[in-house]
Amino acid sequence: MAVSTIGTPFDPSTCQREPTRLAFGRAVVDLGERDPKVVFLTADGALPTGTAEFFKRFPERAFNVGIAEQNLIGIAAGMATCGLKPIVGGYAPFLAFRAFEQVRNDIAYTKQSVTIGGVYSGISLATGGSTHHTTEDIASFRAVANVTVISPADAREAYKATIASVGHPGCVFLRLGGRTPEPVLYTEDYDFQIGKAIQIRDGKDATIIATGPTVVYAAIASDLLREEGLSVRVLNMHTVKPLDEEAIERAARETGRILTVEEHNVLGGLGGAVAETVTSRHPVPVKRVGIQDIFASIGPLQGLQEKYGLTHEGIATAVKELVST
Amino acid sequence: MTGESRQETLAMLRRQARVIRQQVMTTLLAAGSGHVGGSLSVVDILTALYFHIMRVDPKNPKWPDRDRFVLSKGHASAALCPTLAERGFFPKELLDTFNRLDSPFSMHPDMLKIPGADTSTGSLGHGLPIALGMALAARLQKKRYRTYVLLGDGEMNEGSNWEAAMAAAHFKADNLYAIVDRNRLQVDGFTRDIMSVEPLADKWRAFGWAVREIDGHDMGAIIDAIAAFPFEAGKPSVIIANTIKGKGLPFAENQVGFHYHDVDGEMVKESLAVLESSE
Repeated sequence: MAVSTIGTPFDPSTCQREPTRLAFGRAVVDLGERDPKVVFLTADGALPTGTAEFFKRFPERAFNVGIAEQNLIGIAAGMATCGLKPIVGGYAPFLAFRAFEQVRNDIAYTKQSVTIGGVYSGISLATGGSTHHTTEDIASFRAVANVTVISPADAREAYKATIASVGHPGCVFLRLGGRTPEPVLYTEDYDFQIGKAIQIRDGKDATIIATGPTVVYAAIASDLLREEGLSVRVLNMHTVKPLDEEAIERAARETGRILTVEEHNVLGGLGGAVAETVTSRHPVPVKRVGIQDIFASIGPLQGLQEKYGLTHEGIATAVKELVST
Repeated sequence: MTGESRQETLAMLRRQARVIRQQVMTTLLAAGSGHVGGSLSVVDILTALYFHIMRVDPKNPKWPDRDRFVLSKGHASAALCPTLAERGFFPKELLDTFNRLDSPFSMHPDMLKIPGADTSTGSLGHGLPIALGMALAARLQKKRYRTYVLLGDGEMNEGSNWEAAMAAAHFKADNLYAIVDRNRLQVDGFTRDIMSVEPLADKWRAFGWAVREIDGHDMGAIIDAIAAFPFEAGKPSVIIANTIKGKGLPFAENQVGFHYHDVDGEMVKESLAVLESSE
């Protein structure tokens, strides 16, 4: 586990913002610059993944296969077997669900190294409705051997995770955000390692384990609760698989209560993963905030986040409930 | 090729195909059951590819410049594995473990376990996209290897094939060569009854491919058609090979029930006798 205390208290109204999906696009261009074996493939998703620049700079290594995700993943897998380093980008729900079997059979089963960046993950395409929400991808991919699942908390982490994913064995699925630029939490020099949680707040009364865009709200919730006399640790669990089980066990031992927060169904996602670890290594109460096994509603993103308790107020309320039990 | 050497080549390939058919049956006997029909329908095509056409090195199965072969109809593993064994990728005695606990060889090929297998397949509709990726990788890396993909005709029902067909033409992948094993049967019956795929050649042409139809058991026609790849510069090519499911064994030919069938000693004895007498 790494420790990186982001701005304390963290003020999202004044911070820099950048969409994680565009940070992915920047990383893809930089990777293309560094390594001629890097190829980029998309299914009509160059603009949303911020990779138009890659198409301009490296046209012979850029492939737009049209709206055909199964073919997209199959082509990437075939290229990987021939020594190329494919990065795939597109809409998260279609990559995760339409092409799930291609990811499972053609990349994971065959142990090919392919990075998949899924943009508009979680409920980030808020008014898109459930066809365009991605709230079952973590659970799905977590159950597939040789797949790494990363849900970056901010643009810097998305950039570093994308860089780290190339050459990483097996499939790396990156869960990226939507149109709303996410707050930038980290400074340039922070240390990102696949599979290593980052403690961004220390505490002793409870631990919030968050992933993706909920991490910033977890930090703010911890800051609010501190004013109310509660000391709450916050872990950024950017890698949901492989899970940093040591960091979770330590949180269980040292703080006694764990709250998980994710823009995902609480079944099988971060909450499920953490609960599995806690029950087998150091049982303590675990409460899971997220989408409660429903198809999420539609509306403005902030409205949805509030509805499902994914903002700092919702998270703080859930922590208070947890510590009072 | 002179007339005489062509005749010798064809005789060698026919002999080899007969040996592989026998090996398919003894492999399935060791397994107890398997995909009899769809394995026997592709033996002549596999023989032509591995014993006459493809540049491969059995001593160096991962040779980067080798021609690639994708068995999209992965259930013909019981034909591919004996072909690879006969070609020298591994001792054919190993095939006796087919389907046994922890065997490298089973109903569908696993590229991580089988020397010479370029892909892991089994779920239909995956092979053409993968093969297209291989062909595009060859072009990008300025390599001259060719990519061959063998598809089933029932498999043509899967939509992902047509995504890849469209893309291969769009990318002008004229180093991608598909062969459709048109044996006219799928699990539940004749393709015309389950899900019509005709007019199949016209479909491929409409998707931008260059197409030829041949008798998929006529060794001369097979090697001539494959040697003529690409049929048109700038286009991917496909051969529709009209075949007989269960080819070589009269009791299995064109039988719906022989997609997957138990295989016992009596059946293999009869098979070997039939194949022997067909010399």
